[in-house]
Amino acid sequence: MATVTPDSPDTAHAPDEHASGGRHAHPSNWLYVKVAIYLALLTAFEVFTYFETVHGWGDTAIIVMLIIMMLLKFFLVVAFFMHLKFDHPIFWRLFVFGLILAMAVYMVMLTAFRIW
Amino acid sequence: MAETMTAEAPGHTPEHHDGEHHTSTGLSNEKLAMWVFLGSECLLFGGLISTYMFNKGRIGPNDVGPEDVFDIPFTSVSSFVLLMSSLTMVFAVSSIARGDLRGNRIWLATTAALGATFVAGQVYEFTAFYSEGLGFTTNLFGSAFYALTGFHGAHVTIGIIMLMSLLVMSMRGNLGPERAETVEIIGLYWHFVDIVWIVIFTIVYLFPQ
Repeated sequence: MATVTPDSPDTAHAPDEHASGGRHAHPSNWLYVKVAIYLALLTAFEVFTYFETVHGWGDTAIIVMLIIMMLLKFFLVVAFFMHLKFDHPIFWRLFVFGLILAMAVYMVMLTAFRIW
Repeated sequence: MAETMTAEAPGHTPEHHDGEHHTSTGLSNEKLAMWVFLGSECLLFGGLISTYMFNKGRIGPNDVGPEDVFDIPFTSVSSFVLLMSSLTMVFAVSSIARGDLRGNRIWLATTAALGATFVAGQVYEFTAFYSEGLGFTTNLFGSAFYALTGFHGAHVTIGIIMLMSLLVMSMRGNLGPERAETVEIIGLYWHFVDIVWIVIFTIVYLFPQ
């Protein structure tokens, strides 16, 4: 994945400690564009799995592929667009705590109802 | 020439100049609260998504099911629109941080417009599904589907209202670089709405039925 460099005066993006709420280096706008391109490509691959050409691969393989691509997209948005990669770790922990709690509760619920 | 503003607003001194806040944690309470809120929102959407997964197959032999109504190419375009609104939102955050007020207004308006396009697409989709025979009470699949995507659409609509409020604040001269964190916090909410759709789009629309 792309590297992040501290802002310099010659880039189109000045440092903004005011927006930080903690410590984090701000990536350049070009990094955001690159992340958006990756997101668009992943979405295109996801949609591709819908069409008949890949149905011979089997439902399990398609579901695994879709989950991997979904997680990649999720991580890209959370880490780069939501700045969690550069922000104070406590924000990351708070969000992941809610996420893991939700996944655990509902996995137990779905297992109890024998959905698998 | 971009309109800039660098003066500190009177009475607004939330941070030291090194980026530290006047709080016991040294972090912004507002931002901390937003992350706690987003963590709790995971539980709300987790409940709705698992309810959908549980009920999606519960349709009668002659009922309308997902394969009868879903229009994947159309939904893919709206998903792409919402995804790109996250890019314009980060541009809005970075432009306010460097004092580019005009750029900030343009990116806020663009983000709101993309969000409105997504909501319009959802309204069209709901109308089309209804005309094909899938109402909220038709079957459990319909109830779970409309509850999940409807809640998400309501979140996007609230996000649009917040973006428009920021735009009005900016027009009135109440949104300068010293309030960059406000834009960043609204941005967090917006990106969250986007990641929820990433999950919904995959699980609801793309998973083999």
